[in-house]
Amino acid sequence: MWGKLSWAAIPLDEPLPLVSAAIVGLVLLGTFAWVVAKGHLPYLWKEWLTSVDHKKIGIMYIILALVMLLRGFSDALLMRAQQAVALNAPGFLPPDHYNQIFSAHGTLMIFFVAMPFVIGLMNFVVPLQLGGRDVAFPTLNSVGFWLTATGALLVNVSLVVGEFARTGWLPYPPLSELAYSPGVGVDYYLWSLQISGVGTLLSGINLVTTVLKVRAPGMTYLRMPMFCWTTLASNLLIVAAFPILTATLAMLLLDRYLGFHFFTNDGGGNAMMFMNLIWAWGHPEVYILILPAFGIFSEVASTFSSKPLFGYRSMVVATMAICIISFMVWLHHFFTMGAGPNVNAIFGIATMVIAVPTGVKIFNWLFTMYGGRIRFSPPMLWTIGFMVTFVIGGMTGVLLAVPPADFVLHNSLFLVAHFHNVIIGGVLFGAFAGYEYWFPKAFGFKLHEGFGKAAFWFWMIGFYVAFMPLYVLGLMGMTRRMQHYNVPEWQPWLHLAAFGAVLIAIGIALQVAQLVWSIRRRAELRDLTGDPWNGRSLEWSMPSPPPMFNFAVLPDVEGEEAYWAIKQRAIERQALRPEPEYTDIHMPRNSPVGFICAFFATIMGFALIWHIWWLVLVALVCAYATFVVFAWRDQHEEPVPAATIAEIDRANRSARRDALANLQPVT
Amino acid sequence: MPRPLRFTAARPVRRHMPVHDTARRDRQIALAGRLIAGGTLLLLAGCQAALLDPRGPVGRAERQILINSMAIMLAIVVPTIVATLAFAWWFRASNKRARYLPTWAFSGRIELVVWSIPIMVILLLGGVTWLSSYQLDPARPIASDHKAIDIQVVALDWKWLFIYPEHGVAAVNELVVPAGVPLHFTLTSASVFNTFFVPQLGSMIYTMHGMATELHLHADEPGTYRGMSAHFSGDGFSDMHFPVRALPAAEFEAWVTATRAAKRPLDSAGYAALAKQSIEPRPILFSAVENDLFDRIVQRALPPGPGPVLEHGGAKEK
Repeated sequence: MWGKLSWAAIPLDEPLPLVSAAIVGLVLLGTFAWVVAKGHLPYLWKEWLTSVDHKKIGIMYIILALVMLLRGFSDALLMRAQQAVALNAPGFLPPDHYNQIFSAHGTLMIFFVAMPFVIGLMNFVVPLQLGGRDVAFPTLNSVGFWLTATGALLVNVSLVVGEFARTGWLPYPPLSELAYSPGVGVDYYLWSLQISGVGTLLSGINLVTTVLKVRAPGMTYLRMPMFCWTTLASNLLIVAAFPILTATLAMLLLDRYLGFHFFTNDGGGNAMMFMNLIWAWGHPEVYILILPAFGIFSEVASTFSSKPLFGYRSMVVATMAICIISFMVWLHHFFTMGAGPNVNAIFGIATMVIAVPTGVKIFNWLFTMYGGRIRFSPPMLWTIGFMVTFVIGGMTGVLLAVPPADFVLHNSLFLVAHFHNVIIGGVLFGAFAGYEYWFPKAFGFKLHEGFGKAAFWFWMIGFYVAFMPLYVLGLMGMTRRMQHYNVPEWQPWLHLAAFGAVLIAIGIALQVAQLVWSIRRRAELRDLTGDPWNGRSLEWSMPSPPPMFNFAVLPDVEGEEAYWAIKQRAIERQALRPEPEYTDIHMPRNSPVGFICAFFATIMGFALIWHIWWLVLVALVCAYATFVVFAWRDQHEEPVPAATIAEIDRANRSARRDALANLQPVT
Repeated sequence: MPRPLRFTAARPVRRHMPVHDTARRDRQIALAGRLIAGGTLLLLAGCQAALLDPRGPVGRAERQILINSMAIMLAIVVPTIVATLAFAWWFRASNKRARYLPTWAFSGRIELVVWSIPIMVILLLGGVTWLSSYQLDPARPIASDHKAIDIQVVALDWKWLFIYPEHGVAAVNELVVPAGVPLHFTLTSASVFNTFFVPQLGSMIYTMHGMATELHLHADEPGTYRGMSAHFSGDGFSDMHFPVRALPAAEFEAWVTATRAAKRPLDSAGYAALAKQSIEPRPILFSAVENDLFDRIVQRALPPGPGPVLEHGGAKEK
């Protein structure tokens, strides 16, 4: 009846996951009870869970990312603590548990922190910058988000029911094959990523279509803000790369579930094939993450330097060059597999070539700052912190791309330090910059700057203290994923790294405090004008938070920096443009289809993991039926009456008129 | 067009600064000094690192590449970092002396430079990459007056088996080699992927089931070096390390003779027992090895390592 599932699946002998899961469960239950008791449940359901508004879906993506960041970071603290004490000692985490923790850390941080964070920001911002009312496929957007949430949920269920993969964040066969990983851990990994991978692919298709098709009149390609360009590049990569991931994981699933031999030791399988395929997705993946971050830095550097982005067209070329070349370098992840020198050299050089457009971007941000009037608000601090940190990470990356250097650094802590250097220093700093930058747009009040700056400094210094020792340890010959070790010289550096992790923990605590403090004092931090940073792109032309239809009347774009031009003209004339004629706007209806589908997908994933075949069938039929019912809908749009629009827009215009007097023309 | 790109130094600013600002600046300089000192210490400590203290030609050449590549890149990275901080500081909104160029967003000359600099660096590094990939190809024999000795390596769950086909002996979790003689390794795995790595000798290489990889190393002088697996292979991975004892030629011969005398041969059955998952804290020596054992492992004539005995609640079949 229940497949492999039995009470033995709950690891009663390991208190750590049970206690933490119990705490998380209580917090969730408490929140839910509070929502019900206060009567917020209908609001939550109507305005959020079933919303197809790109802004709300974007915000939900980011909430998911922030919650998972806490989970993934607690894994990081456990690893740092374990390695700090495990000199000639077993430490406090046995290997089977430690191996699950580093696997879960990597999986969560990439798939359920970095991905939803950047996708959330793209979702929220891109239609606003392009002058659209929503993304191209709003309901699909909701489905994509909820399927991502399903994946995150399944990974966290593995904490208490069964186990997670013990194979690292990329489950290399043969270790991940049934013969060497007979438990359900790898199955949790595979089904979580299969389900959330579908969500990511849907989101990618949606955002590519949005950038290509849903732009305001006059918003030609070369007038799009840089963030829209990087969104296009990143989502083109998603559309091209995620099917490879799905196919690769599907092959491993066939091996594990139906006795196929794609990657097995016997029956003619070849595990090297998995490494090629997984990195054919995996390398574009890191650019999927970093390109949107590059876009955010471009927006922030320009806004806070009070100047246009330097070398806009050059930046576009660089972005698209990265997009294409990133598909031609995957082999550098296994130079040490014994391929010939010609293969290694070609892939090494191809990898270095990516450093050219990336270097160009750094220089262009540099010259964006040159001649500016730089305001050091938290988004700009993250940007400068990124520029300094990322060039170091880029340098060690190019070093690793030299095959003979990789022959001694592959899989070492030097490598671990490198990719944290670019992912934290690049993607995460970018996501934080975007979070601080667009927060007032999303919620109508700014985040407290003092907390934000303090958090930045703890993160920044904590990052260096935590990861520079890992570079040294890599040079000392320490490899990654060690549960214990017997080299005394390593330990002081591991102590230092653990201290760095504590500094980062303080940074995170300050970010939580910032959020709580800012929500409680939101009246003081209110953004009345909708343009708190003196912005340059269209999202700053509407009130904060934006109305559900975004633009009362679609803007007419006449050049780069669409809103800046409008604003300068208004300052010059000391008057806004005449009031437009308002008409009804038809907006897509909210739909529970994403939420319901994901509900059944969660059940289906869980049943597949535990071999409960009847439940798989039931959940699959129900999920399919949800789609069919949705496809049968009669009405998919709802009108917003012109009077409502006029009321909202007149309030916005009046706030802007009041602000006009305080704005100086720029000379 | 703006004036030429010149970053005016801090001196004139300082003259105009109020006293407390000077004090702050001095504190900042002191802090910077301490940071630089800390960084130097870090580098010094790094000099005792295994990769920077190689004991063979392969490791030495790789250290040289590490240093050369770093030097080439630091020449562009350090100025970039300095310029970032300097631009950010000088063009701060409160600095009334900095010139504001609110519409300056393009300069063909600067674009030319910012594209050229990384391209030139990559051309240089690309050359280093191309040449060194051939010179340090793991499959390339090491030139020497001595004949290379063959060593066959099998990664097992979770220990290393070293077979000396010319000497007919084998050892688990201890690699004894003659110093000053080229070493020719042929490597495979009984089960999952591992990586054979002796940091002080140089290049690592994967061991994979059903495949043989090749690696040439050379230990210049006698000594004991740390060897290990550098690719995660399961629960016993952390214990997959072994001492590499490089002995003078005569002592190596003596070790072979002593090992032969131990009367503990390794046959297929013994190998099957060895291939089971276990951790071996002490070396095991074998006085003789069944013919073609290594080849039969590579050709999958012997069964692969059996993997775990089911244990966990979640892992149990009904």
